[in-house]
Formats: sequence, C-alpha cells, structure tokens
Amino acid sequence: MSRYFRPQSLDEALRALSSAGLNILAGGTDFYPARVGSTVDEDILDITALDELRGLQETEQGFRIGALTTWSDIITAKLPAYFDCLKLAARELGGVQIQNAATIVGNICNASPAADGVPPLLSLGAEVEVARADSRRIVPLDQFITGNRRTGREPGELVTAIHVPRWSASARSHFLKLGARKYLVISIAMVSGVVEPDAEGVIARCGFAVGSCSAVAQRLSDLERALTGEALGGELSARVGPAHLAMLAPLTDVRGTADYRVDAALALVRRTIRVLAGE
Amino acid sequence: MDAIAFSVNGVARSVTAHPASRLSDVLRDHLGLTGTKVGCNAGDCGACTVLIDGKQVCACLTAVAQVAGRRIVTVEGLADDRRFARLQQSFHVHGAAQCGICSPGMLTAAADLLARNAKPTEADVCGALGGVLCRCTGYRKIVEAVLAAADSGLEPEPLTTGRAVGRRVPKPDGLAKLTGAERYAADEFPADALWLRVVRSPHVRARFSVGDLAPLRQAHPGLEDVITAADVPENSFGIFPDYKEQPVLAEGETRFRGEAVAALVGNYETVTRIADHELPIRWEPLAPRSTMDDALANRGEPIHADRPDNVLIHGRVVKGDVDMGLARAEFAAEGEFDTAYVEHAYIELEAGWAERVGDRIRIFACTQTPYMDRDEVARVLAIEPGRVHIVPSAVGGAFGGKLDVSVQPLLAVAAWKLGRPVRTVYTRPESMASTTKRHPARMRARLACDRAGRLMAADFSGDFNTGAYASWGSTVANRVPIHASGPYFVPHVRAVTRAVYTNGPIAGAFRGFGVPQSTIVHEALIDELAERAGIDRLEFRHRNALRAGQPTATGQVLKASCGLVQCLEALRPLWRRAVADCDAFNRDQPPLGPSRGLRRGVGVGCMWYGIGNTVIANPSAMRVSLRKDGRFLLYNGAVDIGQGSNTILVQIVADALGVPMDQVGYVMGDTDLTEDAGKTSASRQTFVSGNAARLAGLDLRQRLLRRLEVGEDAVLGVENGELVAIDGGRRSAIPLGYLPADGRGDIDVGHGSFNPPTVPLDTDGQGEPYATYAFGAQVAEVEVDLELGTTRLLKITAAHDVGRAINPTQVEGQIHGGIAQGIGMALMEEYHAGKTENLHDYLIPTFGDVPPIEVILIEDREPLGPHGAKGVGEPALIPTAPAIFGAIRHATGVTVRQAPATPDRLRAAILAMQR
Ligand SMILES: Cc1cc2nc3c(=O)[nH]c(=O)nc-3n(C[C@@H](O)[C@@H](O)[C@H](O)COP(=O)(O)OP(=O)(O)OC[C@H]3O[C@@H](n4cnc5c(N)ncnc54)[C@H](O)[C@@H]3O)c2cc1C
Ligand code: FES
Ligand code: FES
Repeated sequence: MSRYFRPQSLDEALRALSSAGLNILAGGTDFYPARVGSTVDEDILDITALDELRGLQETEQGFRIGALTTWSDIITAKLPAYFDCLKLAARELGGVQIQNAATIVGNICNASPAADGVPPLLSLGAEVEVARADSRRIVPLDQFITGNRRTGREPGELVTAIHVPRWSASARSHFLKLGARKYLVISIAMVSGVVEPDAEGVIARCGFAVGSCSAVAQRLSDLERALTGEALGGELSARVGPAHLAMLAPLTDVRGTADYRVDAALALVRRTIRVLAGE
Repeated sequence: MDAIAFSVNGVARSVTAHPASRLSDVLRDHLGLTGTKVGCNAGDCGACTVLIDGKQVCACLTAVAQVAGRRIVTVEGLADDRRFARLQQSFHVHGAAQCGICSPGMLTAAADLLARNAKPTEADVCGALGGVLCRCTGYRKIVEAVLAAADSGLEPEPLTTGRAVGRRVPKPDGLAKLTGAERYAADEFPADALWLRVVRSPHVRARFSVGDLAPLRQAHPGLEDVITAADVPENSFGIFPDYKEQPVLAEGETRFRGEAVAALVGNYETVTRIADHELPIRWEPLAPRSTMDDALANRGEPIHADRPDNVLIHGRVVKGDVDMGLARAEFAAEGEFDTAYVEHAYIELEAGWAERVGDRIRIFACTQTPYMDRDEVARVLAIEPGRVHIVPSAVGGAFGGKLDVSVQPLLAVAAWKLGRPVRTVYTRPESMASTTKRHPARMRARLACDRAGRLMAADFSGDFNTGAYASWGSTVANRVPIHASGPYFVPHVRAVTRAVYTNGPIAGAFRGFGVPQSTIVHEALIDELAERAGIDRLEFRHRNALRAGQPTATGQVLKASCGLVQCLEALRPLWRRAVADCDAFNRDQPPLGPSRGLRRGVGVGCMWYGIGNTVIANPSAMRVSLRKDGRFLLYNGAVDIGQGSNTILVQIVADALGVPMDQVGYVMGDTDLTEDAGKTSASRQTFVSGNAARLAGLDLRQRLLRRLEVGEDAVLGVENGELVAIDGGRRSAIPLGYLPADGRGDIDVGHGSFNPPTVPLDTDGQGEPYATYAFGAQVAEVEVDLELGTTRLLKITAAHDVGRAINPTQVEGQIHGGIAQGIGMALMEEYHAGKTENLHDYLIPTFGDVPPIEVILIEDREPLGPHGAKGVGEPALIPTAPAIFGAIRHATGVTVRQAPATPDRLRAAILAMQR
C-alpha cells in the first residue's frame, strides 16, 4: 500500500520531500490520466493543502504565481494586458473542469512539448522558483524545462512559484492555438507573443515562443532581435520568414506532419504579430 | 487508511479509502452513487463531472483526500436546488438526453454555469459544457435545453388518449437518465463479484504459448483463477454461421493488437496490480499484414488458414451494360478515395457481470442484440440457448459497436467455471483496442452522364478492411454495392466489393455499414460531373434523383416513399441563398497572401439507405399485455441504445390500444421475458419492431373489446379497477379482479410480429434487398482557412424523408447526432491502433465543432411502415461528410480524396493545387 502525505505547511512538505522519494500531486490532471486502468502504488506528496502556495501576488519585480494557482484563477485574476497570452492559453486548456483543478506549475513540471502554458510564460520571460528543505533557487523557465517531459527539478525539490517580470504598462500580448477541434484539444502548434512599445510605438522589448514544434517550446530569439527597434504597425508581420523559425524541430505524429507544423507555426507567428501590431 | 469526511448532496459522509482513490470510484463503489459516470478516467470525456464547492471538476482526476471537508454535489443531488431541477426538466422536454450516459456530466457542468450566470448566451453554454463529450445528440438540444432552463423551462404537453404518435413526447426512461437512477452496464453488480481483467496482446501478430500459471497464482493470493483458451468449451464466435472464427481467448496466435489472450479473475486490487509481463507468456512476433495491400499481396501465411487470399467475401451488383453506358456518355468523372478506421467512441465503456444460476447463466451487460448474445454465449459454453439469460443494461451509446459481444463470453466462461459472480468494466484504451471500428475503405469509381446531365453509368469497386476477424464484414461488402451508385436512377451499374482481412483492429458494424464511405465517392464525382455539364450541383441531383417507379441498381422498383426529390426541393431556397452568400463573402475577401486566406463554400450530399437486413430475414415479435394491476405492459425485445425505441414503441402501442402513453409500461430486452425483436441496427427498430408492437397492441385491443362485447370503435380504458369500454353511448365494464391472470400477472396478451418482405438477390445482385429505403440530403456551409487547412462549419441543413416522424424531437435528435458523427468522420476521426487508444488522441466533435443545424422533415409515408414510418438512425450520418467535402471543394477547389480532411492533409492539398 502506497503512502500518502497531505501536509498543511510548506516546511513539513519540504522535509517529507527530502527524506523520501515522493511523487508530487497537485491538480491531478496529468497524474491520473497517466494511470488509467492501474491503481496508484507510488508514495505521494499531495501539495493541495499548502495554503502558502495559493494565490497570485504582485511583487517588486513583477508577479508571483503560487504553485497552486489554477488556470481558472488566471482567467478570473485582474492582471495587466501583457498577461492576455496566458489568459488566452488558460481559456483553451482542457474544459472548465480541467481549468478549475489544473495548476500552471503542474503544466510546467509535466513538461509536455504541447503544454500550452509554456509558450506564454517563455515569451513573458518567466522564472521558476524551486525550493528544498534548506534552500531556494530561481531558474529561468527556458533552462528549467530540459526536454520532452524532463525538467531540472532535482529530488527533494518542489516548485513553489513562477515569477513573471514586470513589463511596462504599454505591453500587450497574444496567444494562438491550433488544434483539430474546438475544445479539449492538444495543440498541433501554438504561438505566444508579447510586445512592449515605447511612446513612439517602437518595439522596446518583445518575446515570442512557439510550442508543440519541438521537444521543448522554443523562444524565437532571432525574431525578437529583428523586431526590437521596429515600429509597430505597417506590414511588420510580413517581415517574419521561415529562417526565424529555424530552431523548430517538429515531429510527425497523429496530429500533423512535421512540415505542416512549421508551415502552420509561421502562419500563427505572423497572425500574432498582426494582432499585436494592429495591422 | 484514514476516514475522510466530506459532504455529498448535503449529507455528511465519511469513507475509509486509500487517499489517492479517485473520487469517482469512491462515489460509485463506496457510496453507491452511480449517477456519476466514468467514460475514460483521464479527464477527456467529462462524464464524471461533479461540483466541488460549487465548481465543476472531474471526479476521476480528484484524489478523495482532496475533498476532505468540502461540499460535493452529484447528479443525484441536483434536484435539491429548484434551478437545477428545472434544468433536468428542460433536458427531459428538449430531448437533450439520448443514451443519457453524458447527462450527469452535462447537467452538473450546466448547474455550475447557471449558478454563476443566470442569463447565459449560447457561447457561454458551449464554453461551460465544452469539457463534456456527447456522442449521441450532436449537442444542439443540450444547448437549447440549458438556454431554456435559464429562461423558464418548459412543461411537457399533457398526454392524451390515442394521440401519441407524431407528438414530441419525452422519453419514458428520460427522467431516470437525468437523475442518475438509470442502471448502465457498470452500475449494477453484486457486492461479492470477482473482478475480471483481460490480458491482451501487445503485438499486432504473434505466436504465443502460456507456461505454468501456478507460480503466478501462488504469488498473488487474491488471484482466484487465470482463464485461458483451454477453459473455453467452444472457443469460437462470430456474427454469421459461416464465420465463427473469432476466439474468446486467443489460442497460440494473436491476430491484432489488443486481442484477448487470458483473463485474470480475483479481487480488483490484485488483478489490476498484476503487470501483464508477470504472466508466463512467450511471445514470438510474426510479420503482420498491416494494410490491405500487404494482405492482398498474398505472400506468406494467410491470416486465417482457410482464407488463403485474405479475402473474406466479394460483393457484387451488376445492372445493364456499364461499358456501353460509359462509352456513350458525354461527361465522366472518376477518382480514388480512402477512408480511415473510425471508432464508435460511445461514452459508456463495455461492462457487465455474469452469474451461474443452477444450470443456467445470467448476464447483465450492455448490448444492442440480446438474442444474438444469448446464442453466442450458449455456443461458447456449449449449452442450449434456453439456459442463457441475457438482461440488457441501459445502454450508454453503441452505434453498431455493441452488436458484437465483448465482455459477455469472457464473463460467462469465468462465472460458469468458478461458480461465483464475475464482473468487469473495460478501460477506455481496452475498449478502443479490442472492439470493432468502421471499415477503412479504398474505393475507385467512374460516373458518367449525358449532355443533359442525366446519369448513364456508375462503375464502382471498393476494398473494405475488415481487420483480423469477419465480424460484420460481409454485411458491409454486400450492402455497399447496392448503394454505391447513390440515390439516383442510373441505367448501367457495376459495383463490386471485397472485405479484406488484415492484422488491423476488427472492423464491424458502424452506423451505415459501409454506405457512409461509398457515399463520399459518388457525391464527390457528382459534383465534378455537374461542373462539367455546367449544371448547378443541387439541380443535377434533383434531375437524377430516384423517383417512384424507377428501378434501383438491383432492379427494385420503389412504389412509394421515395422522398429525395422532396428533400432537394425543400433545400433549394436555402441552397440558393447559401451559394449567393458564400460567393459574396469570397468576393469581399482580400486576395490570397500571408494571413489572408478565408474562403467559404457550400456543398450538398444525398443519400439513401435500405432499412433492415439485406435480404436476410429480420423479424421482430412483440407482446402487449393487460396486467392485473390494470396497466399495460409491452414485452419489448428491442434494446434502446439511446435512439429512443423505448419511447416510440410505447407511443405506437398506446395508440394501437387507444390509451394514454403513461398507462403503458415496458420491459426491455430480457431474454426470459421478451421475444426476439432482432438487433438494434440497420435503422430497423421503428420500421420492423414498430410494426410488431403496433400489431401486438391492436391484437390485445381486439381481445379486450371482444371480452367486453363491444364494437371496434369503442373507447377502451381502465378506471377504478375496472376494464371499461364506451361504445357510442353504451358503457361496458369488467372488474379486473374477475379476470384471471397468468403466473406473470398478465390477464390477456396480444401478439404481433413483422418481417420486412424482400426478394433474394441473384448472382448479379438483382432482386429486392430491402422492403423500404430512407432518403435524405444535407447542405453544409463551411469556411476554410487556406493557410492553416482548418475547416469551420457555419451551418448544416438536413432534409430527411423518414416516412413519418413518430416523435419529431427524437428524429431531430437522431439527425443531429448523425451529423455530429459525420462531421467527425469528415474532419478529425482516424483511429490508429496503439496510437490513439484514448479520447484525447482520438478526437470526436465537441460542443464547439457542431454548427447550428436546421432539420427539415419530409414525411413521404411508407405504406408498409407503422403509421408510415421508416428509419433515420443511420441515414442521418451518411450525407454529412459528402456535403462537407463538397463545400470544401467549393471553397478551395480541392477534392478531398482521403477522409478525414485533417488540417495537415487539407493544407497539403491546397499547396499542391496552388503549385
Ligand atoms: C482533458 C484534459 C485536457 C487537457 N488539455 C490541455 C491543454 O489543452 N493544454 C495543456 O497544456 N494541457 C492540457 N492538459 C494538461 C493540464 O491539465 C496539465 O498540464 C495541468 O496544468 C497540470 O497541472 P496539475 O495541477 O493537474 O498537475 P498534476 O497532474 O498534479 O501534476 C503534473 C506533474 O507535475 C508535477 N508537479 C505538480 N506540481 C508540482 C510542483 N509544485 N513541484 C514539482 N512538481 C510538480 C507532478 O509531480 C506531475 O508530474 C489537459 C489535461 C486533461 C486531463
Ligand atoms: S471519466 Fe472522468 S473525464 Fe472521463
Ligand atoms: S446522450 Fe450524450 S453520450 Fe449519449
């Protein structure tokens, strides 16, 4: 019979985690589907009673999304416009019953190539807060996720929050998801983009990321460089070319061919820019 | 294990369970609240949706430890809140539950919505309920029901005597489905039942041997037995007498991935914990015949030793002289088309339990065909059919997939051997891997017409991949040639088919038996012909539509109820409007370029479909009795799989007797109580069993009128414990107490039976294979994103000739549901063994994928039908994919040659055309 811990305090949880190999359970929306037809027989650390991990706070540097923040919490939270990408992703992730239970941190930790939370957070420049019994570290998200369903979380560590840096009030973002049906669909490709125009409407800072087109969602750094310093508007989207997506390495699977994915990702990036630039 | 306390439906509960147990299992198994359904255990179907502190959540993804101290509301508790009771009533009146297995999830999700938003829009409803899948209704009536409940709800019309047929009466079994009371296959079982878990082949094709099982049993004390082929008295079954070739448990060789090789029987924890690799099975993988090309290349060992060419059967219909017809025609169109394996994806998983009762066996399970199950189980156990008692559960969707036995023989063998009740519920991956699919087809055809656009000839050949075992492959191979030239008058026809064995999943019966596939072909070619002949696509079809008096491909001359012309005429104004709208939209679009690529299109698809078995006798027999309590009882052998036979049969019987519907009860499908009504397939229950039920009702009425010594026109009834008739001014009555009843409590019994008249087909397939045909036409309006290859449906308008709508709400429901499945087949559904064995990789349409549907009912009475009715279950699905493909072609110029038209395929075809 497997053991099951549901501690009330973070300290207790971290202590338990340091002493035993425990599987972390949050909303369970990745955990249970991986166990269809079998009974749970691993030892579990259920973190859902850790009130310290609940909630979304504004900090000096930006926003802290506690590890128990659900997708529904994101949808209903009052957040600056540059969080729209994350809100749009939240609305299209599963159905409402999934959004009510599933956590953003769980989505990151599960590290699926098709995780819809990753491109928005990458484009926003998010960082991951990881704690262990005696220490705490902050890792940029693009370094935290290391591969298909692999992260840099070490034994004994718990992800306690995601930090999203503050962007200027003018920043705005957008997210586009492509799937073969309307609801409850795993992305064939998805794109998130954030732009921060200065007073003249010139892009001071931006972030773009594409998911489902490689083992780990990719930031489009070349594109970000190319667009920084450009004026929003005009035919900005036409400036995006296949070379900006060269780092994508998609697979062919039941959801789409590799060629299609790259082709579609390019279209989605252009559309994201059109929306952000008001073209 | 600690006790976990929480409240369910306002009642404090405490359970002792492993804290990681799924809440759904705890509700069902510990608390007996089986209203919460489990369709996947993976969050994909939403059937398990409950409210936790007022928010909708999947109970299958919730550890019971997480609900400590929280408030849970399940479907059983909804009625405690007046708003939610109104919601249930609204579902009832709007026909929003067909099989009802999704209804608990739909209702709880809707309750969450209404509690937050008293005046939701349609988009709000779709968004809030979008996490729950329904395979029956096409969602539209659910949307209507939620919107109406938010408005005011609706009262059902009062029941009146003798006037049930043709009215929108709610289902007699509707409220049970909406309160959680209905008993589906997984909802009933004795507490002491052993659990059975099937061990399945991980290989596509392999030889295997089973070693000594004693060590496994010693290692796992909770394991009572391991059943293998050696335990099965007669280890072969199959739909038709000639093809009893499928083993209950494979013997030495497996022929498809997921084939059953052994069954572990014991307590649930033990048999689910044992890993398959712990079994002493030695596997020797063999080269599989994965595709029809592999199988037809005919190298190496055949899949079945007695079928050296891997062909199960050939089908053939030949009329006139096709070569001459083609030679003389002015225009021709031809092409090759492929379709995929399609999964039924009913939300209810196969389940049931069996028990040995003396020298008999009793099986409670979901099925479409209790009498075939009885005979199949009797064969497998090598006992007489009379010793098998099948008790069908309520069925949570089937669509042809529950025509073949699944759990029944396995449970029977185990319960027979062990002398203890045995139960099982398949997992979703297991259900998908092991049960039948729609046949993938590769079809080639040539269609030709004269200068005036009159069809001259149709030349069709099609191969249908029947997978590892015969199942219904011969039915498909025989039905397709009859229908392959479409619902048109074509003087010269040659249509040949083969059902081909492969090591793929077994293809069997699925709504339409191959006709949905072949309809894609003729409708695509008709569009091309119309274009070549310069005739509007709808008018071309109208010109060629089969009319009464014209011979079909099999030389049958339909004398009546041949309503395609009326369907097309009813669609004509809409068609013209849609074509004009779409041309206007496309004109206003900017020229193609990056991010600019929306194009609209309109398509029309036509169908016809023979009701009932192809030539093979398919009688139905019904009995109706007057009970000693004064009620009437229909002994109904027809299983309602959600399509509503329980309702329409009761409507028909009530009118035949001349009494209000609520005085007629029924038993369904119990083989000890009912007579054989045949299977619920081939859209036959309204037509065939409807006739039998009507005759039984009329027979009982005659008998009772005779007892009362009154004339034919007397008004019959039961009042204050008396059987009463009023004939003109004269009242005649007998106290029920004076009338002796038999051992079952029946005072008098009326009998009725009906077998549709057919004429056998000769070697050219000429004859009268069906007594009547359904006709229909649908128009699809779509918007294609040329850059992404995605297709958005704007509207579907469906005109169907159903003879007579016994219950218009239910007919519309069938049409909506058929269209939803047609949408899936057209745009997203493609089953790959080992890759899409769940409901997130295998996609079926959701709330957001079914557009508004307008239904136009054409009632061209069938003289042979009960009140003129035919059938509609399968017909509804058939024209949808062809209409969508026609619309895609109109929008893009691309002819879809491979279904489904997934975004990547459509985009590739668009690029290829632009090059
Ligand atoms: C029907 C359905 C539809 C879905 N649709 C989508 C979709 O469209 N897009 C999408 O991206 N995802 C989708 N998902 C997956 C999505 O729900 C999850 O990725 C979710 O966000 C994970 O959160 P959770 O709280 O449920 O995690 P859990 O299942 O509890 O855990 C997930 C993993 O993360 C680990 N973990 C969780 N929290 C922590 C922590 N604090 N520290 C360290 N490790 C942790 C767990 O050990 C586990 O390995 C869907 C899921 C379902 C069932
Ligand atoms: S059973 Fe829970 S979502 Fe399907
Ligand atoms: S009524 Fe929805 S699945 Fe059957």
